[in-house]
Amino acid sequence: MNLVTVSGPPSSGKTSVILKTIDALKQRGLKIGVVKFDCLYTDDDALYRKAGIPVKKGLSGAMCPDHYFVSNIEEVAQWGIGEGLDLLISESAGLCNRCSPYVKEIKAVCVIDNLSGVNTPKKIGPMLKSADIVVITKGDIVSQAEREVFASKVNLVNPSAIIMHINGLTGQGSFELSTLFHDEKTVIDTLVGRELRFTMPSALCSYCLGETRIGENFQMGNVRKMNLEGGI
Amino acid sequence: MIGRNQIADRHIGSLLEDYPFLASFFGDNGLLVDGRNDATLNELFSEFDEEEREEKAIDQDLLMNQAAEFINQMLAFLNEDNDVHAITILPGTDKSGVPEGFDSLVIKKSEVVSIVGPTGSGKSRLLGDIEWVAQADTPTSRRILINGDIPDSSWRFSTSKKLVAQLSQNMNFVMDLSVREFIELHAESRLVEKPAEIVERVIIEANKLAGESFSPETPITSLSGGQSRALMIADTAILSRSPIILIDEIENAGIDRKRALELLLSEDKLVLMATHDPILALMADRRIIIKNGGITRVIETTDEERTILSTLEELDRTILGYRTRLRAGESLLQGE
Repeated sequence: MNLVTVSGPPSSGKTSVILKTIDALKQRGLKIGVVKFDCLYTDDDALYRKAGIPVKKGLSGAMCPDHYFVSNIEEVAQWGIGEGLDLLISESAGLCNRCSPYVKEIKAVCVIDNLSGVNTPKKIGPMLKSADIVVITKGDIVSQAEREVFASKVNLVNPSAIIMHINGLTGQGSFELSTLFHDEKTVIDTLVGRELRFTMPSALCSYCLGETRIGENFQMGNVRKMNLEGGI
Repeated sequence: MIGRNQIADRHIGSLLEDYPFLASFFGDNGLLVDGRNDATLNELFSEFDEEEREEKAIDQDLLMNQAAEFINQMLAFLNEDNDVHAITILPGTDKSGVPEGFDSLVIKKSEVVSIVGPTGSGKSRLLGDIEWVAQADTPTSRRILINGDIPDSSWRFSTSKKLVAQLSQNMNFVMDLSVREFIELHAESRLVEKPAEIVERVIIEANKLAGESFSPETPITSLSGGQSRALMIADTAILSRSPIILIDEIENAGIDRKRALELLLSEDKLVLMATHDPILALMADRRIIIKNGGITRVIETTDEERTILSTLEELDRTILGYRTRLRAGESLLQGE
């Protein structure tokens, strides 16, 4: 199974981009599942289910969503492997500018929109700066000049990322993105032992104290687990 | 290629002298370099203590790699020869797998090709194929050549080297800047020489296209629809580095479309235009007919067809004349 982590500010278009990209991936006969991480509420799992995509959702509640993500990502990966998925996509909302949900050597995608303001790229931390692919959405409603300026501002803070422009409504660009999502040679059996790309913002568990390793053995303090049994 | 080891121990001052564009890299990454000309890059990156690094989310190692990557990109950007004088579209199939109805379509610099077909017929996919310089690896199996050759894949992933710029009816300005500040910002991001002159030119050309003129101090968000489109077209013609311009249904109101096309062509652009407006379609050298995801025909605009143009333009001028009178508060009846 391949794993891709998608992250981005609320309402930047993550779900639309993922849905359109999955459409393109399905043409290749791949089995794809999604896990949606959010804070207090989400309806997006219904959108995935409607599209016939196996989905799990986890709400972090009062916890930092990133901490919740890393405390659950291994279990979620095992769920995906159990479902026989070729590709599991995790979607999580970056709620603070300090969010840093990426795992080393696991493809990391940041979705950000043209309407968020030209100074936004420099305000966002590791979520943007350490992503492998930056997807810029809502380009259909701003001028060519603003698209170019915005992309150049993203490039300033993350020169090594591939920047792609996607229209979440029409899906323009999502086929192109889909070619970067799945690689037959990549096989992930477990995330245990892997590390985060950057330390997470502080809260009250072992990860607050700088832990970066994944797996139950490294989780102490305020760790909350998702319920992956049965329906939600 | 410049590696991280070649820059790590160099002084900020001499780096900025060689690579002035690094100033914006430092600025946007929250690094203060004023008065730090004698420090090395390594020193600058490593003087944050643990707490600051956590707080500001600074990754020293990543930052050094990114700085080297940025220098390489910008050097390539300043030196590269991006001359695209022709693109070739080689046929694939439509959504049902039926081969497309043309052999090969070559579009040259300063040519206009219109695209017609109902919504959902595959105009976006065609544009996507061009932008992605498809090599039989998209759902249509089309292939795109640049200057007659199979292009290198850097067209797909480079930020500064985009093949297609787009202009459409739904686009708005969203930044809180005046016209001048906005164009300056765009010029800065393109690293143009003599930015002041270019900015001036964009504003002059935009005013020639707009029905009502505007000043450089006008906030871009308070421009009228026509003025916005005029500015977008002039800016794209003069400042965008993309050799191909896609125009998606630019309507008539408040803008001289013929002049807009002439401006784009005078800047050596290849123009693709999705339109169902007969005047625009007749201004094009050819038109592509799309149905069910595939190009069914390519029609050359003949001189015979163009004879209709003068009638249409006469009608257009009449309407434009009435519009001008209306705007000026005059009666629409002659002589009043």
